[in-house]
Amino acid sequence: MYRYTDFDEAFVRTRVAQFRDQVARRIDGSLTEDEFRPLRLMNGLYLQLHAYMLRVAIPYGTLNPDQMRQLAMIADRWDKGYGHWTTRQNIQFNWPKLEDVPDMLEALADVGMHAIQTSGNTIRNVTADHFAGAAADEIADPRPVAELLRQWSTDHPEFQFLPRKFKIAITGSPNDRAVTRAHDIGLRMVRNDAGEAGFEVIVGGGLGRTPMEGKVIRDFLPRADLLPYVEAVLAAYNLMGRRDNKYKARIKITVFENGIDSFHDAVEANFAKIRPRFTGVDQEILTAIEAQFAPPVFADRPEAPFDAAYATDPVFRAWADTNLAAHKAPGHAIVTVSFKAPGATPGDATSDQMRALADLAETYGYGELRISHEQNVILPHVHKADLPAVHAALKSAGIATANVGLVSDIIACPGMDYCALATARSIPIAQEIALRFEELQVEHEVGPLKIKISGCINACGHHHVGHIGILGLDRAGVENYQITLGGDHTERFAIGEKTGPGFPAEGIVPAIERLVLAYLDLREHREESFIETFRRLGMAPFKAALYDSEDRADAA
Amino acid sequence: MTVIVTDTGFAPEDWAGGFVGPDGLAANIAGLGLELGPADDPAALDGRLEGIAMIRVMFPAFSDGRGFTLARNLRAMGYGGRLRAAGHVIADQYAMVRRSGFDEVEIGDDLAARQPETQWLARADWRAHDYQSRLRAG
Repeated sequence: MYRYTDFDEAFVRTRVAQFRDQVARRIDGSLTEDEFRPLRLMNGLYLQLHAYMLRVAIPYGTLNPDQMRQLAMIADRWDKGYGHWTTRQNIQFNWPKLEDVPDMLEALADVGMHAIQTSGNTIRNVTADHFAGAAADEIADPRPVAELLRQWSTDHPEFQFLPRKFKIAITGSPNDRAVTRAHDIGLRMVRNDAGEAGFEVIVGGGLGRTPMEGKVIRDFLPRADLLPYVEAVLAAYNLMGRRDNKYKARIKITVFENGIDSFHDAVEANFAKIRPRFTGVDQEILTAIEAQFAPPVFADRPEAPFDAAYATDPVFRAWADTNLAAHKAPGHAIVTVSFKAPGATPGDATSDQMRALADLAETYGYGELRISHEQNVILPHVHKADLPAVHAALKSAGIATANVGLVSDIIACPGMDYCALATARSIPIAQEIALRFEELQVEHEVGPLKIKISGCINACGHHHVGHIGILGLDRAGVENYQITLGGDHTERFAIGEKTGPGFPAEGIVPAIERLVLAYLDLREHREESFIETFRRLGMAPFKAALYDSEDRADAA
Repeated sequence: MTVIVTDTGFAPEDWAGGFVGPDGLAANIAGLGLELGPADDPAALDGRLEGIAMIRVMFPAFSDGRGFTLARNLRAMGYGGRLRAAGHVIADQYAMVRRSGFDEVEIGDDLAARQPETQWLARADWRAHDYQSRLRAG
């Protein structure tokens, strides 16, 4: 894992001092509220519905146990004893006081962390496949490149006042777990016909009020050209992006309005000028970063304790069946720890749970933790023999829910319970759906199904790419939930289709239930998942289940 | 009145030549400075930068970051003369301005009073803690 250099350390310390000074200069009037706003945003500090919110960067979702314990300490000391995993692999603290924030940032710096560029019209925290470095299907670990991009984008003088926010995601696996096609820039690590490593570069993807699938702007970019090329894209966007209307300011609109060809020409012209400025030092730095991401030496020992627990303990078996993924090293597994217990707030973690995870990572997980964009925590490297002990510890911490990838593993944005932009509640809807399916006892029968909920059109809950997406709107002061079907965030990327009229808060859970039960009737066999059935049959039978029943009166 | 900010602090205006927009470039501009707005395209100036002693890039609002890319582009095109950021630029942006290729900032008296010289000098060490120079230096 990456450890801060002296340079990184001095950088974040200076940045904390600058922010402390900016808070003081806001108070003494040197900075107007308008001027202070982007400065606090580029340091991760939002003003929410009830309070400030501090969004801390977890670059490419990777944490070590000391960092996790520090997050727990921060939650206890300056917040209400919990934090919230976000859909961009960050953690949010929902109740900090403005005057405490510089100290919170200092505490982050103590463990090599920061909140820089987690908001504002800047290049945001770079996200990556949460199974990076562990997945059996991986071509290369994307995290060293993500770290290089973090360093390049941090405090980049040209790009601190962009037309709008800018998000980059990277995957090193053909199975896209990083949603690269819904990012401002998506990077897929690929090899060309000559076997050389490089990137497929995708631009102009995004969700929000105008969902768009990103377009390939370079099908093969040589590895050493990455920073100058990304800089060329940003420079083109900085000048061409609209600044007259914030809803048309994202790069997806720039690409759409100018056309990919003309945007591509502008990027290539910039690239020709920028490329010579990079002399290869960045590649030397990348090599040094890569050395820090060398995989641990994986233990080679019998898996017998796993087999024994699997055969005798049905609770363990259910958890192992849903929450484990294939690891590249023999005898190991990737553990996803679900933060989606039915009835709980998706993605909320208490400080005790954070400490329990830190201990587990230290004892059984080679000191590594990940945060997924699906708001769960990953122990990327666990030997199968240790899984019964890990499961027992997770049970005591209340985070052994066996539902990863199932109906109740719902992505939900904070919604009207916290967010100033929200038009409807998300968290309670997620909770009610999870509780309802727990009651029905059909979750494991239903199998893989991704439900994603956003409480407003900005789509932080990724509803457009949920197999079932739910969008909460405000219709004349009343919450109304619109359903989309068929969305897919993976390499089979698709934006979900609207089913028709939305449902009021009390009608949305029964509506989801009708959809899921209809799927069970419609599927050809047990192995055909919800999304596969939808792809085969299309909207019609699902629409019929939603609207043609006796309950149609609950559609509004 | 305006104040000119450099790494050594505040100074009075010392450019006596005045400014013309890109359309004025056709005329003989000896002794005149060129003024660019955020929407002006520097590519249109290709081959015409020779002999220009001063370019002033206007920042209509501190939150409009186009000027930073304009400065980078001008330097990439080989412009070696004086390059000034003018308008609504705040002390917190001084390091960004310098790192993007500007030499100096021109601000109004009211901003200079609200953000006095010490606040600008606090960012005069713009060469320190700079990821960009680490990634490019030879």
